[in-house]
Amino acid sequence: MSLLRVENLNKAYGSLVVTKDVNLEIAPGERHVIIGPNGAGKTSLIHQIGGQTRPDAGRILIDGVEVTRLDPERRAQAGLARTFQKNTLFQRLSVFENVRLGAQARFGSTFNLTTPARALPHINERTQAALTRMGLEKLAAETLANLSYGDQRQVEVAAALAGDPKLLLLDEPTSGLSPAETRAMIEVIKGLPRRMGLLVIEHDMEVVFSIADRITVLYYGAVLASGPPAEVAANARVREVYLGAGLADAAH
Amino acid sequence: MNPRVFEMRAAGRPDDPAKWLAALALAIVVPVFFAGSYALGLMTETLIFAIAAMSLDLLMGYGGLVSFGHAAFFGLGAYGTVLIAVKLGISAWISALCGVGIATLGAAAIGYFCVRMTGVAFLMLTLAFAQLIFSGAVKWRAIGGSDGIGGLVKPALFNSSLADPLAMYLFTLSVFALALFAMRRLVESQFGHALVGMRENETRMRAMGFATRRVRWLAFILAGFFAGIAGALYALYNGFISPDALSWGMSGMLLLMVVLGGAGSLVGPAIGAGVFLLMKHFVSSHTQHWLLVVGIIFVGCVMFFRQGVWGMLARRGGSAT
Repeated sequence: MSLLRVENLNKAYGSLVVTKDVNLEIAPGERHVIIGPNGAGKTSLIHQIGGQTRPDAGRILIDGVEVTRLDPERRAQAGLARTFQKNTLFQRLSVFENVRLGAQARFGSTFNLTTPARALPHINERTQAALTRMGLEKLAAETLANLSYGDQRQVEVAAALAGDPKLLLLDEPTSGLSPAETRAMIEVIKGLPRRMGLLVIEHDMEVVFSIADRITVLYYGAVLASGPPAEVAANARVREVYLGAGLADAAH
Repeated sequence: MNPRVFEMRAAGRPDDPAKWLAALALAIVVPVFFAGSYALGLMTETLIFAIAAMSLDLLMGYGGLVSFGHAAFFGLGAYGTVLIAVKLGISAWISALCGVGIATLGAAAIGYFCVRMTGVAFLMLTLAFAQLIFSGAVKWRAIGGSDGIGGLVKPALFNSSLADPLAMYLFTLSVFALALFAMRRLVESQFGHALVGMRENETRMRAMGFATRRVRWLAFILAGFFAGIAGALYALYNGFISPDALSWGMSGMLLLMVVLGGAGSLVGPAIGAGVFLLMKHFVSSHTQHWLLVVGIIFVGCVMFFRQGVWGMLARRGGSAT
């Protein structure tokens, strides 16, 4: 059974079609990257999978369970985690607390009114593990707002990982990062446990081809091509959209 | 301004039991030996409103939800206490418990609708519900209408009675201490942390998997519960209740106390209640325009001390150590 299954998804704002008959399937442990020019509807698609926007038509199934009409929080409890294109965490809270909330969301009991949140070993351990994976241990006590943009990006991913999701959606994880930070992010993504499925939106072709098992190209809301990296890179229509050379070179 | 102040408040300061015990001892010893009945009354009133202001702080400071109708639950607690004691002729202790229950149920019912909103829509909706209850109380003759209703018999407490100012004070102080302790536990719990996360970024909290509307509803109910306790105490203290306790003026006063003291710190709004009532009693004995003075101080607070009296004290203390 596929981890994520998107069937004939459609979404339009008036006459602007942002998602058109999109079908997408992600196998357990698969790392799937979505590419496409600006305005191709990549983030709109992620928002529909995450539950931030409702599709007009079509179905979304996570692990065989239909979530098309479910609220984002219910999808998250079903094992979906995501980051956002722009950093949108809790600016005034510490790095530790940002990540700890991610762990609490799935493994805590939010309606426990008496046990201090900081005194839960299983939550603290998961928080610590996510911080360590992202190399953020030293910044744990820092207020998020005081971190560089690149470090905040890492915290985004750490907070999503703390919930140990089955499927992780990353919306442009390397946008705004320096080349060095981008390389570090690639290593982190490659090092993620294989039990976790990944759906990543990415512009940087170096990142795309170093992490993708499969690639889907979106163009004006519709799927232009989908398949293994080499196949997609060789696709004539994709090459047309990307004006040729860059994509094919990156594939080698 | 150091943004981390916000989280320290959310997480609570590291507890130093000795400090709290010293404060409690002071609050017992000084009045017992030195205070006259006027001062005792003023302190009792302060503690009652401190509980109400702290309950509003749960919503405002921690949840980022500004309620302009919090008097409704204070008033429901107070009306419930007086009405049940007087109309059914049962012990004021039992009626006080019923009053708290009524306030809590009222918060559950009103909250069910209000928590669908945030921001200004939330504020307006809380105000609308509170005004609804207020006009009901004004119009309904059977519960005294605009004159209010009195005649609550002060209940006995050990060898004394709540009619004795000292007994009333000590009883109120015990309830205040318990309420403060409970609310601090609350804001430090996973629930409290989730509430703060929602204040910071609700979209994110939902994406993480938090059932934010349920969290908000429970916060609303808990705030109503503690406001109801304050209302019941107020009824026991005064033996009388009028629609004033339900008015938007009362809701506004609670808001002022929270902002004056410093939202998101619990202790701050308690201090805010004290500062406000002291001003009310002393400035109003010199000039009729005491609200003008309060207004100027309020504007000053909002402009220069965004974190209120307590935020200022805490920063001083923090930089000294």
